[in-house]
Amino acid sequence: MENTKILSSRFGKIKPDYVEEFVAAGGYEGLKKAITMKPEEIIQEIKNAYLFGRGGAAYPTGVKWEQAYAIPLEKGPKYMICNADEGEPGTFKDRHIMAEDPLMLIEGMTIGAFIFGAKEGYIYCRGEYSGIQKILRSAIKNATEAGFLGENILGTGLNFNIKVVSGAGAYVCGENTALVESIEGKTGRPRRKPPYIKNAGLNMLPTVLNNVETYACIPWIVKEGGEKFLSLGTEFSGGTKLMCLSGNVVQRGVYEVPFGTTLRDLIYDLGGGIADGKKLKFVHLGGSSGACFPEELLDTKICYNDLRKNGLSLGSGAVLVVDDSHCVVDYLKTVMEFFEDESCGKCTPCREGNRRMVEILEKLTSGRGAKEDLERLQSLARTMRNTSFCGLGQSAPVPVTTLLKHFADEFEAHVQGRCPSGKCSMSGVRR
Amino acid sequence: MKIVDEVLEKFRYAKENLIQILLELQMLSGKNYLPEEWVEYVAQALDMPMNKVYGVMTFYGMFSTKPRGKNLIEVCKSGPCHVSGSEGVELMLEKELAIKPGETTEDGLFTLERSNCFGACDIAPAIKIGENVYGNLTPDSLKAVINSYRAEA
Repeated sequence: MENTKILSSRFGKIKPDYVEEFVAAGGYEGLKKAITMKPEEIIQEIKNAYLFGRGGAAYPTGVKWEQAYAIPLEKGPKYMICNADEGEPGTFKDRHIMAEDPLMLIEGMTIGAFIFGAKEGYIYCRGEYSGIQKILRSAIKNATEAGFLGENILGTGLNFNIKVVSGAGAYVCGENTALVESIEGKTGRPRRKPPYIKNAGLNMLPTVLNNVETYACIPWIVKEGGEKFLSLGTEFSGGTKLMCLSGNVVQRGVYEVPFGTTLRDLIYDLGGGIADGKKLKFVHLGGSSGACFPEELLDTKICYNDLRKNGLSLGSGAVLVVDDSHCVVDYLKTVMEFFEDESCGKCTPCREGNRRMVEILEKLTSGRGAKEDLERLQSLARTMRNTSFCGLGQSAPVPVTTLLKHFADEFEAHVQGRCPSGKCSMSGVRR
Repeated sequence: MKIVDEVLEKFRYAKENLIQILLELQMLSGKNYLPEEWVEYVAQALDMPMNKVYGVMTFYGMFSTKPRGKNLIEVCKSGPCHVSGSEGVELMLEKELAIKPGETTEDGLFTLERSNCFGACDIAPAIKIGENVYGNLTPDSLKAVINSYRAEA
């Protein structure tokens, strides 16, 4: 399979925080070109690229930036923020960008600052990545010394500085408004929307906020043009995507693939197939809040449209492969324990819903489940999806409903007191 | 309180830096926690009610109000590690350290905790000790890792 490298071309080849090596390998050419262009022209290139937000929400970046640019100048975007909270289980692509080519991200943010005239940038990086925060800080320091950050960048009169802010262990802070609350030093609970981040973000001032991988795409788009970026992918999904392959697969890791690659190619061709001669049971796509599905859907293309048609979503690009030695109910319990743990507690459907789901799954995995428990799971899922305050609670039930749909027999067996794969204790004892 | 003053100074006594201040103090405590008198001092210095500071501390998973071991061992229990054998790793650690998750060894060297995904899924099952991540763990490699921390002590 052809290996297109836009984002990962420098991975492992340069000292990550060295500006000289970055520049020698094509770095900062995007920014140098950007400062010769009008802001509207840059935004148009990003729109032509069909770049969608890579954090999971897949909002078109060009449109987001156009809307932000349309806010009157005196009120215009004050902050460029990078969401580096990468908390979605199974996702480690942003870690690779920050650890191996952090200046690509910094260049993308600086192009944004040039467009909006923003003076302050923040990279909100999860506390678990404390080692990577050091690389980021060092890269920022070196870029400042080399004149790519700080005062009068490249003689344009643009002043732009970036600070690294650490999270402290809260998945919900990946949500935009919770993230800015956390940068303000508060508990990271989501705000009511509207007002949106673009109008009232950090310190209630206009803010542009994107994921690490999204910013990392910007320099290439500016340098090579939006149409060229689009041509790498499919009709409506431009460019390439960093996919995170994990679980029971031979070659785990981050793979950069052009949009249009099938999940089967990713798992069997690039990933070398299922490990230890076992068979695929299901794939959990897009992180813990994504859909779980069996073999039949593997020929779906990695493309926003194709995935949507099949009821799937790319999310963060996590592809967790699970083999047939595992039990779907036991796995689902692990997933829901994560959401129970990470619910911020602000709204009832998410706080209580996740907890009740874990309780039901505990019953099912210990052989105390009843037929009605499966209906209760469905009912809780509906309530959470429709009434939760933010994306966390709205999407947490996705693995529940998709596993129930594809593996109804296995749930049924648990109701009957039997775990077909022998993973669950079925001891009947309350734990 | 000299340590606390230095950290507050470094972060310009700014309220918005509360999380960063607490992270640094926890690291400096040597026992991976936030001593109550330090937190009271911070609240006063930043002119914040103690309940606000406490709210932040208890919201974020990385903070502890109780002393923990010098080395915090976190076993990832999220999906990718779960299907790659994290349960076995946890059992091995429980046996090797003779403690359960949430407990600290008698010598105060290790605290064992379960954690959510820290992005080491490509080398699952993974554990994190302080800032360092160890993956592709086998009984032998895990023992070697633990012993390297014991030798350091």
